[in-house]
Amino acid sequence: MSTYNNVQSDSSEEVESWISIFCSMFGHDYFVEVAPEFIEDNFNLTGLSSLVPFFRDASDTILDLEPEVPIKAANVPLVEHAAEVLYGLIHARYILTKHGLRAMAEKYQDNCFGSCPRYYCQGMHLLPIGRYDQPGIETVRLYCPNCNDIYLPPSSRYLNIDGAFFGTSFAGMFLKMYPEIGTQCEKRTKQQFQLKLFGFSLNERAPGGSRMKWLRQHPQTKEELEEYKKCEFGIPKLTDEEDKKAKSDSGDEMLDVEKSKGSPGSQKDSGKEDEVAGTKGSGGESMMSIVKD
Amino acid sequence: MATRQEEYVSDSGSDYTEYWIDWFLGSRGNEYFCDVDPEYILDRFNLTGLNRYVDKIGLLVNIITDQTEISESQPEETRAMLEDNAKFLYALVHARYIITSRGLDKMLEKYRNGDFGYCPRVNCKLTPLLPVGLSDKPGVASVKLYCPNCEDLYNPKSSRHASIDGAFFGTSFPAMFLQTFPNLVPTHNVEMYVPKIFGFQMHSEAQMTRWRALKCEQMLSRLDKMGIDYAKNTPGGFIESAEDERFKKRDMDGRKQSAI
Repeated sequence: MSTYNNVQSDSSEEVESWISIFCSMFGHDYFVEVAPEFIEDNFNLTGLSSLVPFFRDASDTILDLEPEVPIKAANVPLVEHAAEVLYGLIHARYILTKHGLRAMAEKYQDNCFGSCPRYYCQGMHLLPIGRYDQPGIETVRLYCPNCNDIYLPPSSRYLNIDGAFFGTSFAGMFLKMYPEIGTQCEKRTKQQFQLKLFGFSLNERAPGGSRMKWLRQHPQTKEELEEYKKCEFGIPKLTDEEDKKAKSDSGDEMLDVEKSKGSPGSQKDSGKEDEVAGTKGSGGESMMSIVKD
Repeated sequence: MATRQEEYVSDSGSDYTEYWIDWFLGSRGNEYFCDVDPEYILDRFNLTGLNRYVDKIGLLVNIITDQTEISESQPEETRAMLEDNAKFLYALVHARYIITSRGLDKMLEKYRNGDFGYCPRVNCKLTPLLPVGLSDKPGVASVKLYCPNCEDLYNPKSSRHASIDGAFFGTSFPAMFLQTFPNLVPTHNVEMYVPKIFGFQMHSEAQMTRWRALKCEQMLSRLDKMGIDYAKNTPGGFIESAEDERFKKRDMDGRKQSAI
């Protein structure tokens, strides 16, 4: 502890701590400085010793402690690399703590992680995430709370940062901690882009037509909101009634007639589906009522 | 083509000479533009209505096609204005040209080279983007990029592209492009991301994802009913992912039916 404090008090004059040097390096602007107290608590490092080689030397390097046994010259780059990985993994744990979240919130406020490239997100700030908690699988990705999607960092300088240095839980934790981000998102436009050819929208039936509308859709009408409620714990099965509705929506009556005349197999199948809907009981019925509305 | 042999000295003061169009395409920030055939520009029919936006359209056409050069005797401001107007006219003609078959071919090459960038969305797996305008009138909105995979709109990454007017590409270009080259419509990816805390999905986000998946399913069933084949792993279809139960179920149904 005392060693660290000495270093810190000196830092403004000559010696900078390893942590602040690391965080100010080119391309490391997503990182926050982990409090040394957090690293010194061995409990916070549980399990990391098996992931990182030269664990002891690496943690000493991070804390600017002189190693008891000098590191062999051949091992110096290895230890340096191990220290970076270790720091990243500690960082992933640290940003889930109260202090870490606050430090990240400051960076978020300053738009350090960039804005969402999606036009209709209107420059929503992004959050760094990893899709895996194990190092070495994937580099860092950016999560947009508005469109609930993940994006690649705009610059290649972030492509050597491991996603595990931010972890899978950070974005969720951050949004729970700062619910105002959610309200901010609600205020944003729910508008979607519709591709047009000389002013006419392309139907989903057309090849190259709009078949991904659902991806950015928000429930807006009464029916949709009710459907949305049904999705609370699972995706409700499409009932036969809904299928019929889909048919009438399409307006392709001719095709339908042909089909129902056509294969007896399909009729049999629809009977089966009726049964399924029947056994489902209330769920199926209320589905029907939506359709009737 | 005798006119093309006349050389044009660019304003940028470089000592070598080149065609006006080449100079324009080579300048920084104009990477999205393709070269418009001089014949297309010289056809007055293709310029219909553009005199609303620029004066002295004939002179500008001559400048673009290297038939005249901006004379050095004119005052600096006039020359700069002529230069700007020529660029503006070229860009407006460009919007019309890229929806002709020759223009589409040229844009196809640029699309293949990824000149317009790649979709930043992780699940789009670097689908090349297409430039699109939000309005056909100049001065309304800057150029945006359309991803044919997620069918969404993105801002250009670099600020020098963000300042290009969207009308220089027009609202119809991506639709025309994908209708012309239907085999380039990517196979859509149905994966969605749900944030997790310690391995547990966030409820509200997961609910939204489920609802969207339902919407997707409804659409697939609509397409089914219309007998449209959106078969997996084909252009315009949907990627089959191993974990996706919807597709597994669909396959099972298909097998059952064929058994009957």
